[in-house]
Amino acid sequence: MIRSHILVCTGTGCSSSDSPKIIAEFEEQLSLQGMENEAKVIKTGCFGLCALGPIVTVYPEGACYVHVTPDDVEEIVSEHIVKGRIVKRLLHRGEVDAAPAASLSDTNFYKHQRRIALRNCGVINPENIEEYIAVDGYSALGRILTEQVPPQKVINDIKASGLRGRGGAGFSTGMKWQFTHDAVSEDGIKYVCCNADEGDPGAFMDRSVLEGDPFSVIEAMTIAGYAVGSHQGYIYVRAEYPIAVQRLNHAIAQAKEYGLLGENIFESGFSFDLELRLGAGAFVCGEETALLTSIEGHRGEPRTRPPFPPNKGLGQRPTLLNNVETYANITWILNNGPEAFASVGTEKSKGTKVFALGGKITNTGLVEIPMGTTLRTVVEDIGGGVPGGKKFKAAQTGGPSGGCIPASLIDTPIDYESLGAIGSMMGSGGLIVMDEDNCMVDIAKFFLEFVVDESCGKCSPCRIGTKRLLELLTKITEGNGEPEDLDTIEELCNHIKASALCGLGQTAPNPVLSTLRHFREEYEAHVYEKRCPAGVCKALIQYIVDPSKCKGCTRCARGCPTGAISGAVRAPHIINQSKCIKCGACMDHCRFDAIYKQ
Amino acid sequence: MKSLADLKAIRDRMQQQMNLRDTEGDHIRVVVGMATCGIAAGARPVLTAFLEEIEKRELKNVAVTQTGCIGVCRLEPIVEVYVPGQEKVTYVKMTPDKVPTVVSEHLVNGRVVSDYTIGAAE
Repeated sequence: MIRSHILVCTGTGCSSSDSPKIIAEFEEQLSLQGMENEAKVIKTGCFGLCALGPIVTVYPEGACYVHVTPDDVEEIVSEHIVKGRIVKRLLHRGEVDAAPAASLSDTNFYKHQRRIALRNCGVINPENIEEYIAVDGYSALGRILTEQVPPQKVINDIKASGLRGRGGAGFSTGMKWQFTHDAVSEDGIKYVCCNADEGDPGAFMDRSVLEGDPFSVIEAMTIAGYAVGSHQGYIYVRAEYPIAVQRLNHAIAQAKEYGLLGENIFESGFSFDLELRLGAGAFVCGEETALLTSIEGHRGEPRTRPPFPPNKGLGQRPTLLNNVETYANITWILNNGPEAFASVGTEKSKGTKVFALGGKITNTGLVEIPMGTTLRTVVEDIGGGVPGGKKFKAAQTGGPSGGCIPASLIDTPIDYESLGAIGSMMGSGGLIVMDEDNCMVDIAKFFLEFVVDESCGKCSPCRIGTKRLLELLTKITEGNGEPEDLDTIEELCNHIKASALCGLGQTAPNPVLSTLRHFREEYEAHVYEKRCPAGVCKALIQYIVDPSKCKGCTRCARGCPTGAISGAVRAPHIINQSKCIKCGACMDHCRFDAIYKQ
Repeated sequence: MKSLADLKAIRDRMQQQMNLRDTEGDHIRVVVGMATCGIAAGARPVLTAFLEEIEKRELKNVAVTQTGCIGVCRLEPIVEVYVPGQEKVTYVKMTPDKVPTVVSEHLVNGRVVSDYTIGAAE
């Protein structure tokens, strides 16, 4: 009998830090130490604590080992599996002193979380449909099809749950299902599509769901097909997510093998088929009309709405398009009841939201919080705060379409309305934390560069407008900004917002507008004083040697790539500003803190 | 897969295995002392016997784990049984032959096999 399960994370994060090698080593060690019939290695999806990966959890004790290397495996097997002694040095530090059976859910990182969309990530093996079935997988679809629950009843449940689109815009999912259900297709064909073209810099929620729990998306799409009257679905996933693509393909094949996808599912007469479409990585293809155009095989460019996809989508047929995370909530709602879902969250934003925490934060990783949780809880409690004793400055949500939340608004509850009110947006779930070393003008410029690169070029406000906007910001960061530039920027932003064709263009100025709104003094410092307060914009900073601290050790001069530092041994050195390229190497080399930026 | 019964069959079979990963459930824990003293006294065959017996009876709510030396090496192999909400029971001088009795009496029917406990040995 298998008495121990060894769960190894095989999400993208942990895979890139050698989890496949760890799995191979476990298998070898288990057989070497004669444990292969007592312990089993299981691949899982993301546990969320990506900063501490690769992560290995051993049950029944529930011991969570972090930063595991292939060299640690022998010890885990011989100590933990054979002798039952937990290897304390590898435990997640949050539970070192805890009893062996202490649950991971008691750690600060998990305590404030509520896992609905991620309920199976890190719990089941995403490549085994039977494990998904064991956690109530396919019971929603089975019940609906065998009891012939009317499609309208399914849609009513989704409406009653209050679920809103997790792609970022927050449109009511139930309404979308209703529109697609009500739309008339001349030849009877309708489609159900899934937007897995996650393109925001720093966002990896959808990828983790697909890698850790692909069946929940597939089951939800099948249910959606039944509800809106469609027999064909497409998942549009980016080709840059090889593990997600491989698991999806595997999951679709397994679902077909078990008769849970294809013809006559549960002998109900209902048939549904699913195919993948790989995106080539254009950001604009995450926009719904561009995505559908791309599935059709055309160049991924958006078109004007209306007509909206529920009326005229893929191939001019009514099409339901939801985001991965939205689908991941569906079966939970149907199994636990819409009331249970609606009891989580705030009045207008129900349920939970997954965020990919990144940037200047201790616990980089994947978190799922009830709507209405404050940004402070996410950053300080779950995220473990800003590392290195630095001060929290702002958080960026919504990627290139979103905005910044300054430290003064850290107690803002995270929901669609509150974030919108302060000029940011929920977005798909990227949450980038910034500290005092980040220049907000530079951040705005970074996101704008991204948009300029990714603009499809179809409409001029986006193609030309964002380019001009970027030029203005570049001018400011190079120290050539003039006072009237700030007004021009604001005016241009508002024009782009009002006139761009698709959501990508309309939201592109958001990072600029929100930083201008909350950090105007930083822009003004660049323009009026030609100074970058955070010390990031190279044209506006100088490295200077403090003669009272310099011992004349010559380390900086030897480390300078351009020979800009001169001075005799044991005499204070001087940086020649005309030769200096502001790489900061001297500051790193100095042992006496004698070099500073200004 | 044709019916809900088929689905349920898979679910029940898999849940028995996956219960292992539920650290918050009300599992009975069988803890076998597997320090040097325990192993020397024959704890390994005892552990294996428990695994076989539990599998044979398809018990879902039992987790078998190991622990180190409890301190009474002269009474090894020692097995402790933790039933949620009850005081732990310590069985001493265990042998594979005694295991089926402990499983059927204690784990299944909830009756402590007092003849094998530390109280009887003292």
